[in-house]
Amino acid sequence: MNGPGEASTPTVLYDEIVPSRAPWSHVVEPGCTLRIIDVDGNQAVDCILYNADDPAERYSAPDTIVAQGNIFLVEGSQLLSNEGRPMMTVSATTCARHDTIGGACSRESNALRYGFHTRQQHACVDNFLLAHSTRGMGKRDMTSNVNWFMNVPVDPDGTLGIVDGISAPGLHVDLRAHMRVLVVISNCPQINNPCNGFDPTPIRLMITR
Amino acid sequence: MPDRGTASTRGARAHARAQAGTEVPYRPTVPARDAEIVDRDGEAVDPTRLLWDEVVGPGGEASKVVPRGAVVRLVDLTGDACANVLLYNASQPVERLNVADTVKVQWQAYLGPGSLLLSDMGRVLATIVADTSANHDTLCGASTLRSNEARYGTGAASGPCPNARDRFAVALAKHGLDRRDIVPNVNFFKGVRVDPDGALRFVAGSEAAGREGAGSVVELRAELPLLIVIANTPHVLDPRSEYSVGPLRVSAWTGEPTVRADPEWSATPEAARAFLQTEEFVLEGTTR
Repeated sequence: MNGPGEASTPTVLYDEIVPSRAPWSHVVEPGCTLRIIDVDGNQAVDCILYNADDPAERYSAPDTIVAQGNIFLVEGSQLLSNEGRPMMTVSATTCARHDTIGGACSRESNALRYGFHTRQQHACVDNFLLAHSTRGMGKRDMTSNVNWFMNVPVDPDGTLGIVDGISAPGLHVDLRAHMRVLVVISNCPQINNPCNGFDPTPIRLMITR
Repeated sequence: MPDRGTASTRGARAHARAQAGTEVPYRPTVPARDAEIVDRDGEAVDPTRLLWDEVVGPGGEASKVVPRGAVVRLVDLTGDACANVLLYNASQPVERLNVADTVKVQWQAYLGPGSLLLSDMGRVLATIVADTSANHDTLCGASTLRSNEARYGTGAASGPCPNARDRFAVALAKHGLDRRDIVPNVNFFKGVRVDPDGALRFVAGSEAAGREGAGSVVELRAELPLLIVIANTPHVLDPRSEYSVGPLRVSAWTGEPTVRADPEWSATPEAARAFLQTEEFVLEGTTR
């Protein structure tokens, strides 16, 4: 309980380090905030949201970018579901913007982008599938995702690509939940492009109420 | 109720049977071989090769399974169609269109002649072998009940302003799939461009073509057996306050998939590897 004039301090419900290259999933209750901290800088964090009570409702990149009229996720961006409902809001971010059109790396797409020598490298889609496999979900539950701290510009002629990041050590993004949200994260293991500075690193995740 | 002679079973049967042949603007041609199709070389397509011919009306939906190699032609009849398209590998529908991989692998957000539509397994679902529009969208997805209610006041699939998402759900259910299988789609004939600050800008078909846009054609070559699902509904960024979308003609006929000698195979190193991974899957299929 806070006395008169005292700032309220959020209660920390969860505070863990996710190792580099690892999956993670957790339910965030409505009103709670998930903070993702880019501990060492320029670490892409691939992220899918599901309605924890009905996982057929899940994050939709198209609905999200159409509603805000812009491809970049910034402070104030509402993350919408495939049914057009707000799931979470970017309530604060110290990294200027984040990507949601670049998708998640997979062994199959890495083979196309970099060559067949990468096909046995670990990748985000495998992380997502592993996380799903512990929750009775599967490949049909794969959908569009957010790439926190990742930088994907689009040139005037439509050329787009993952380029050097604009994040830095200690930057964070806060996501306030509007429903019971199952958050599934892949701490991106990619080593063939600059999304992780060619060196995947741990992230810190905190949930506060 | 008016007397139509339907008080008895025999009367009702006669009344029902008398309705066949009613002329309507939007319908399939059955059998498809009764359609007359001229290919882009100006040759009449042998009727025995025809698989599909259908005019999808405003707000309508259609779906079909076509074999590897098939040509699927979309025609924007009046210059105002918006073909919301989902693609699945018909031999294992858990493999489906992935728009993020499609734009990322090809380093290009905008589709045009020669573009590949890639699956989430690093394979080519379809190649765009002809495209007189080149005004399409890989980013904005499909309308939902909520987005149509916000725009038009109504969005139910049973009403005057059907939303694409529910159209997809119904079509997919008929192939044993459900709402979990709806992924971000591509839109043909309505384009979106990204400004340097990331802002999305809608480009109407006629604006892009510098003309009416009527008769614009996209032809897809199926590189795997495909389940194609199409909702012909207004683009989510279409600024018009009225629910406005023109009819879409869809035709398909048998053909040959891309082979090594075709320019599409070796257009880029990424394309060549995508065709190799597709070939790998087709070879696997020969052992089943």
